[in-house]
Amino acid sequence: MNRRGNTLFVNAALVIGAAVTLYPLLWMLSASFMSNGEATTFPPHLIPHAATLDQYRQLFIRLNLGRAFLSSTIIAVVTTLVSLLFNSMAGYAFARLRFGGRERLFRLLLAALVIPGQVAMLPLFLLMKNLHLVNTYWGAILPALASVFGIFLIRQFMLSIPQDLLEAARIDGASELKIYWSVVMPLARPILATLAIYTFMTTWNDFMWPLIVLNDQRRYTLPVALASLVGEHALDIELMMAGSVVTVLPVLLLFLALQRHYIAGLTAGGIKG
Amino acid sequence: MKLRWMIAGLLLLGCAERRQPGVEQLEFWGLGREGEVVADLLPEFERRNPGIHVTLQQIPWIAAHEKLLTAHVGEATPDLAQMGNTWIPEFVAVGGLADLGPFAKASKTIDGGRGDFPGIWATNVVDGVLYGIPWYVDTRVMFYRSDVLAAVGYPQFPRTWSAWMDAMTRIQRERKCRYGILMPTNEFEPIEVIALSNGSTLLNADGTRGAFQAPPFREAFNFYVDVFHRGLAPVVSNTQVANLYQQFSQGEFAMHITGPWNVGEFKRRLPPEMNGKWATAPLPARDASAPTGVSIAGGASLVIFNASRHKAAARKLIEFLSEPAQQVRFFELTGDLPARRSAWTAPALANDPYFPAFREQLERVLPLPKVPEWEQIANNIFESGEAAIRRATTNQAALAALDRATDDILTKRRWVLAQKASR
Amino acid sequence: MKALRAESRAAGLFLAPALVILLVFFLLPVVAGFALSLTDFDLYSLGDIHNVRFVALHNYAAILRSEIFWTALGNTLYFSLVGGPLTVAVSLGAALLVNAKAACLKPLFRTIYFAPVVTTLVAVSVVFRFFYHPRFGALNRALGAIGLPQIDWLGDPRWAMPAIILLAVWKNFGYNMIIFIAGLQAIPDELYEASRIDGAGAWRQFRHITLPMLGPTFLFVGIVTAIGYLQLFAEPYVMTYGGPLNKTLSAVMLMYKEGFRWWRMGYAAAVAFLLCLVILLATAVQLRFQDKPERS
Repeated sequence: MNRRGNTLFVNAALVIGAAVTLYPLLWMLSASFMSNGEATTFPPHLIPHAATLDQYRQLFIRLNLGRAFLSSTIIAVVTTLVSLLFNSMAGYAFARLRFGGRERLFRLLLAALVIPGQVAMLPLFLLMKNLHLVNTYWGAILPALASVFGIFLIRQFMLSIPQDLLEAARIDGASELKIYWSVVMPLARPILATLAIYTFMTTWNDFMWPLIVLNDQRRYTLPVALASLVGEHALDIELMMAGSVVTVLPVLLLFLALQRHYIAGLTAGGIKG
Repeated sequence: MKLRWMIAGLLLLGCAERRQPGVEQLEFWGLGREGEVVADLLPEFERRNPGIHVTLQQIPWIAAHEKLLTAHVGEATPDLAQMGNTWIPEFVAVGGLADLGPFAKASKTIDGGRGDFPGIWATNVVDGVLYGIPWYVDTRVMFYRSDVLAAVGYPQFPRTWSAWMDAMTRIQRERKCRYGILMPTNEFEPIEVIALSNGSTLLNADGTRGAFQAPPFREAFNFYVDVFHRGLAPVVSNTQVANLYQQFSQGEFAMHITGPWNVGEFKRRLPPEMNGKWATAPLPARDASAPTGVSIAGGASLVIFNASRHKAAARKLIEFLSEPAQQVRFFELTGDLPARRSAWTAPALANDPYFPAFREQLERVLPLPKVPEWEQIANNIFESGEAAIRRATTNQAALAALDRATDDILTKRRWVLAQKASR
Repeated sequence: MKALRAESRAAGLFLAPALVILLVFFLLPVVAGFALSLTDFDLYSLGDIHNVRFVALHNYAAILRSEIFWTALGNTLYFSLVGGPLTVAVSLGAALLVNAKAACLKPLFRTIYFAPVVTTLVAVSVVFRFFYHPRFGALNRALGAIGLPQIDWLGDPRWAMPAIILLAVWKNFGYNMIIFIAGLQAIPDELYEASRIDGAGAWRQFRHITLPMLGPTFLFVGIVTAIGYLQLFAEPYVMTYGGPLNKTLSAVMLMYKEGFRWWRMGYAAAVAFLLCLVILLATAVQLRFQDKPERS
């Protein structure tokens, strides 16, 4: 294929691919601004005839989706901040603190990655029941406060922090905690950003565990609230689309704003692994 | 900086509840449409009981069973809830429900159940203890296009299975409607009522094994599947039916087995030209030896959870909702039939042409097996039906599989009963 | 030496929070789960703890004998074995396109292709559920416009799983694409130059340079995708609830239903461990499979 034909082919394919990829999301956005029943009219159209905020009004006023939004935010923010602390401390320890059995312990942790989370869910639920944490935000947050993936990502990054830097600080008399907080963490900002974004998104999008541990409608996170709405309002398509938009928009915007960090971090962790 | 955020987050968690001092908070879970509508009755209750505030949560039926059970296991139950009476044995088995016997006897409104339908009251009694107060009764009857049935030679709805099959066949042959009847394949009630009408008990005597290959159920199952194989009913689940009321009025199907709430819905949603063109009738009997078929003693009760710390207030709410005046008001809002017989004399019910069918059917209702595992078994029943309808398996194989699955599910129950017997 | 001991002590402090969380909220439940799977803990046990029996491997035997388990496992494997390679293929294609020298606006396209990955699965399942509607859905309308027969995607037992696979491919190809792009960029240009001088065309270059050099990437992508796909749950839960005729019932859904709907918790725990076994096997198979060509 000649060069010109090649360019045409590649870019045409990219454009078509982009259209196919974006269509569901664009449609979701558009239908959320349509009035009841408009999404099923013929001929099908992508742009609403008379854009309206009716569906959003219904969601937030009648169906109280704002509450689910709040729940999702609380759980995601607390989980992200605390897990960032816990994972970075552990990751740093595995990378730069010398102690006996370090490599063996780390390998053991990695092995745990193969176990699917669902195996733990039933007993975890019973544990939460005994701790009286069912139907509480803490019940949803606690299991996520540390993750092998997060520790792994941080450790890989911190391997690149020169040991001499830390030695120098130690000679100056700084405690390990101070070294961690004042020397290491500032250097680790890129990976912390990546992990923060990743954790926030994963927690925001999490479905199965919040479905199990949160019973009360008032504590539902957005994905769980959305799934329960589907049961009742299966035929109110425009309403469902508005619900989807509310659920997807925050993480999508977060991703668009910070994608460089996120993608860079993922590839670094993925390839070296 | 991070520390400040964390503290803020923790505070937010603590503030998740807002409490009003001095007023008792009563948590009430309502299900489905009833859960929405009962909100209209609560202001009057709160007016009469200023020290009690009721927080109502509405849960869709499809998730209700799961939610209630999970709530019990997670120790997050409300004070009282509406509960389908077929679920009561299950919740008793897990020790979730409070004994309402003494309360029922002492209450003048409830009067120990003397003013209720015996068949319905019995569904709330497990091992001699009363766990629920019937709120509304439910049974399934035939809703049909009286004009269409008259046109094929049935001014009265058919009273036997053979006449019923004949009517459906004629309707389709003469193109009065596209289908004779709508029976969504993911509902177990149509299969259950056909089986009950044929004398099936669904499970054996002490509820420890399936009786699905026994002749009564087998014949009923064959009849049910046959309706589909003859093309007299569409092979759809209820999620695939876009608009039941529209399709009924447009002649998509002429019959539908459903419950009392649809009387109100039909009246509201059918177009005006449908007035006088539809009616209700008791289910057809197997043959002329019985006046009508047998239907389900259904309905929902009000139950109080053992874990509740506001049982006295909950009892007050139950008593309020059991008053004939409230029962009639509730009926007017939902079309659900009152559990108190005295409420049936109200003009709204007595003069309504659609309810005699229900009253007649309520004379011939049977409870479904009172085993805790019933919900799971019932799900397997309609799944077997679906498989046989779609010819993924033969009727015989489907029933054999159903019995095997049921016996497996009931394994623990057999052991528990054996333990009890040996003690 | 004192310094090293101080470091060790500090390590203990630093590791403690994360390890405690993992121990209490992951390891302990996993072990307890296995113990649970050896009992017949169920609804009756919730009411009275004495209603529990140690049944050793009875649950496992019952599951392996039950028809529904093999249906669920079959569905899950169908999803993984078709959806997995399909996703990987689409990701590779997208990566090749985005990475191509002739491509314009690379960052834009990369972002667009990655966007579905960050969306909430439940939300997009809701959107696709409507797409698949037999009468009003965009897919059937498009098929109708070009004269192809309309399919009841989520209602037809033959098409429900393919419909879910399509959703999974759309949602996940962006993630693997990024990994592939990184892998492609790691291939030194000199290799391509040399082969071009030797007269090799694009296809030969692909087969003899690109694919072999991407070996480790394929392994990583393959394992991660397989592990993820074998845990299929949210899509069938939202779109079909396991139907029609249990054709979209996945292993995790079976575990969820048995455990949290019917409360047969011992039984459900056994299902979970059997799935875990399958995942371990799949990982081992992939590792062994990838090892062989490298040795030659």
